[in-house]
Amino acid sequence: MREAVMKVFRGTDSGSGEFKTYKVPIEEGMVVLDAIHYIQGYLDPELAVRWNCKAAKCGSCSAEVNGHPALMCKSRMDHFPEGQEITVEPIKTFPLVKDLVTDVSWNYEVNKKIPAFKPSENADWTFMQEDIERVQEFRKCIECFLCQNVCHVLRDHDRKDVFYGPRFFVRMAGLEMHPLDTENRAGILKDQAGLGYCNITKCCTEVCPEEIHITDNAIIPLKERVVDEFYDPVAKLFKTIFGKKK
Amino acid sequence: MANYEVHEYDVLVVGAGGAGLRAAIEASSMGVTVGLVCKSLLGKAHTVMAEGGVAAALANVDEQDGWETHFCDTMNGGKMMNNWRMAQLHAQEAPDRVRELERWGAVFDRTKDGKILQRAFGGHKWKRLCHVGDRTGLEMIRTLQDRGVHQGITVYMECAITRLLKDGNKVSGAFGYFREDGRYVLFKAKAIVLATGGVGKSFPVTSNSWEYTGDGHALAYDAGAQLIDMEFVQFHPTGMVWPPGVRGILVTEGVRGEGGILRNSKGERFMFKYLPEATRNDYAETEEEAKIWVDAAIRGEKTQARRPPELSTRDNVARSIYLEVKAGRGSPHGGVFLDISYQDPDRVKKKLPSMYHQFKELADVDITQQPMEVGPTMHYIMGGVRVDADTAESQVPGLFAAGEVSGGMHGGNRLGGNSLSDLIVFGRRAGAGAAEYAKKHTAAPSIVDDQIKAAIDEMEAPFNRKDGKNPYELQRKMHEIMSTYVGIFREENDLKKGISLLEALKEEIKQVSISGTKTYNPGWHMCRDLRNMIICSEAIARSALSRTESRGAHSRLDYTETDPEQQKSNTAIFQDGDSMKLEKTPTPVMPEELKKLFVKKEPANA
Amino acid sequence: MNQSKTSGAPAELGATSRNDAWWVEPALVATGFTLFIIYATWRALVDYQFQEWGPYLSPFFSPKITLPGWQWSPAILILWMPAGFRATCYYYRKAYYRAYFMDPPACAVGHFGGEKYCGETTFPLVLQNLHRYFLYLAIVVVGFLWWDAFSSLFYNGSFHLGLGSLVLFGNCIFLSFYTFGCHAFRHLVGGRLDCFSCTSGAKTQFKLWNIVTKLNEHHMLWAWVSLCSVGFADFYVRQLAAGVWTDIPFIGS
Repeated sequence: MREAVMKVFRGTDSGSGEFKTYKVPIEEGMVVLDAIHYIQGYLDPELAVRWNCKAAKCGSCSAEVNGHPALMCKSRMDHFPEGQEITVEPIKTFPLVKDLVTDVSWNYEVNKKIPAFKPSENADWTFMQEDIERVQEFRKCIECFLCQNVCHVLRDHDRKDVFYGPRFFVRMAGLEMHPLDTENRAGILKDQAGLGYCNITKCCTEVCPEEIHITDNAIIPLKERVVDEFYDPVAKLFKTIFGKKK
Repeated sequence: MANYEVHEYDVLVVGAGGAGLRAAIEASSMGVTVGLVCKSLLGKAHTVMAEGGVAAALANVDEQDGWETHFCDTMNGGKMMNNWRMAQLHAQEAPDRVRELERWGAVFDRTKDGKILQRAFGGHKWKRLCHVGDRTGLEMIRTLQDRGVHQGITVYMECAITRLLKDGNKVSGAFGYFREDGRYVLFKAKAIVLATGGVGKSFPVTSNSWEYTGDGHALAYDAGAQLIDMEFVQFHPTGMVWPPGVRGILVTEGVRGEGGILRNSKGERFMFKYLPEATRNDYAETEEEAKIWVDAAIRGEKTQARRPPELSTRDNVARSIYLEVKAGRGSPHGGVFLDISYQDPDRVKKKLPSMYHQFKELADVDITQQPMEVGPTMHYIMGGVRVDADTAESQVPGLFAAGEVSGGMHGGNRLGGNSLSDLIVFGRRAGAGAAEYAKKHTAAPSIVDDQIKAAIDEMEAPFNRKDGKNPYELQRKMHEIMSTYVGIFREENDLKKGISLLEALKEEIKQVSISGTKTYNPGWHMCRDLRNMIICSEAIARSALSRTESRGAHSRLDYTETDPEQQKSNTAIFQDGDSMKLEKTPTPVMPEELKKLFVKKEPANA
Repeated sequence: MNQSKTSGAPAELGATSRNDAWWVEPALVATGFTLFIIYATWRALVDYQFQEWGPYLSPFFSPKITLPGWQWSPAILILWMPAGFRATCYYYRKAYYRAYFMDPPACAVGHFGGEKYCGETTFPLVLQNLHRYFLYLAIVVVGFLWWDAFSSLFYNGSFHLGLGSLVLFGNCIFLSFYTFGCHAFRHLVGGRLDCFSCTSGAKTQFKLWNIVTKLNEHHMLWAWVSLCSVGFADFYVRQLAAGVWTDIPFIGS
């Protein structure tokens, strides 16, 4: 039987943790999460991993496989060269809990700060498919937080103090572009959310398992809306003369 | 005694899927304090996996639709085992609940005139499923999650409840632990809403996530509530069958709703021959007629043609697939072929994006070019906690249940799309019921220390047993028993054998042990989950043995006919001392004016 | 390899568990940009005597501007506009933040420098927000280039078509794909709206937005193709002017 060699991070502390090597029999179509489950079920019941659906719908099993931020349930074992060790580590931007599990609660705190959907009161609730297609792309987000993990503003610079991260720009884009929403979040985007800290290096888009065009369709359009409101003197003038849209 | 932290709420909601979130939102909007506990992170609950849509008779696409038809479809689908009052409330209230979701920010696919688009689904007479591509559950949970967050509900994530605490006969709190560090927690609460979902993890091939260990069923059972209809376990007809790693993952009924065709290895469209006599007239007679229906549906036009036979109810389609495979007409990996590749690839990708990606990435199959291989997978349990239809309260005062954990709504077989609507209709009712109850009972809940000590001892025990049983090994044993003896087709001797094996396993589970620390230790969590799973497994097997007929999702090889007499009673399971007891209770009889809806060929509003 | 840093310990440059050749892309980008910048600077500041030949005007020197007293290269008066457009372009920003600033050099790879990071919130990078003004200028420049390309067809009073015209037209097409696929343009023509179907004006804007979106999806491709085409168009005219090679006429002479 073919075997894969899995190097899995173990420990509760990034300093003292270490990689343990396990041999796992390979089945056709197996994904990394299957290998982790095999280790749990047969070799080490204490191995901590967060997962739910194993069908790429819930976004729980985020990790770094051979250094690539990815969902373990979507990382096919046969995509790695046979015989090569497969390294599995926790995502690095959030505090380690144990093994492959990290504490992502910061994200939930950020979410609370975003002004909620505020539909216009006299809306008749008919709107066309083309009006919501953009919003629907953003609402595909499964909150795996891989974008938050890979974003260098959070990962390398640790600017959680001033920056909400790509996930929440996606959420705010979904609210801002909703045809019936009346809230204006441009000021929050510029100041509290720190949209300007994004230097559009696009790693969020590269790792998104839902293939949301985070940078091109959410962040950049939001940056342009912030420009309208705060940086473009002509647009500002235009708005003062003709009145605000919202 | 180990330390534990204490929180107090008027209403505690256990489970943060669609039903739990909706209950929490409702209770909190009624001005009581609400705590929400979930076993995973917020927004990861099993609701995210619901794909095809939420059933509500909005009549946006087929204007003949109305709550009466939805009600009849639900009762017919449930083989008249449903609690009629629940089915009625569900059909009547689902449209408002869906519109409410839209007002809270959900973005459903649209019709050409800008209304919520609805698609066809198995067992639904009209196009009734409001949807967002094939990720409707995600849309719903995200909408409710954000609504709840902005309403200021306190959420305890990755927290598992192990015991309900009682003060006399009424509920007074819940005890549990945090998965992250194993610290114990006591929630004092006047009322508790169980919204913990189903029991799928008792079976090896299931579309359910790890959380589905029957926690709420077991908690309610332990607290003295009744579990009804536990023999009715829905096998979804279309789960993936290949490769092995993905076996059981759901293939949405939306594929068939959009025109997907089922064929066996001989290329026969076999569903034509499995249509039950009673509903045969609702389905197309020829492939040509089915095609006319599909073409009209794609263009958004009306037609006299009847819907394709693939849109029969789930129990029937699952059985048919099983029989085809058994007769040697299966696909190479033991399923049948589901084909949507005859349609325009761009449309398939747009209407079924996650199915497209799921097959592409996990099975190397391009569904716009090739057929999928599918077979039955354990999907849903119709049975659950017996509740009052209007308030969702169980027989234990202060204990409420909504969603999959509750029983009665779906009877012998659930229609696709009725689950999401169930969550929001009865989630809201349970939240309201619990809040009302908490307002009436103003005294602070009192907690008995002995109950806490017992709960803590139970959790500590696996660490103290040396050389006990490995929890994962015991789960594999349970899987083996359930798939061999309590599967899609049942038989007396098998069930008896299964029950005796489960009883032996129950003893082994008492010897389960684990090492290491309490910090995120999944083996330790499994030790506790096993107890819930075995209760549910036993309840399913015993209920199945007691129903000596085939009805809905319950198929007996030794009693292949439906017995009209047995429609008159539900199976109820309850705890009696240390043993599991079963009794037959009368099925609620619907009032005459509702009965009339079934007599007429077409309901009044058609 | 053994480090699993969490919560904000800044990684060293290049620190990663990735075992693929992540450095290839930033290295190629850096090389490509550097070569173009060296060539363009040399042409604009040193080699600027070869600006036009026969019907062809090099895009580096179009439009022809004469300022009284200006004794330096006319390219200086022109090139700042397209250069500014590209420097503030959302694609180029990604490319040079990665390839030059190495912040980050690639995804999940440690970055360069550990100073307090301000992104595009402070001077000078906050000026990136003025991208749309460079877009307006770039559109004017592209307009002149189209004019040049058409003019090259009518030389000395008769119709003329040579390889040079094809080069100029090709360049115009690629530059237009790049310019009109700009993210800021996408915003201005329709992206700023929340409802595409609410008014008849919005419906027209939606159609435009769809076209721009199609171009925008390949903005990186058009950025590189047009960079090469503009460089090549200049080089082609320069070689003609310097007498290194001769044009190939198809119609006329």
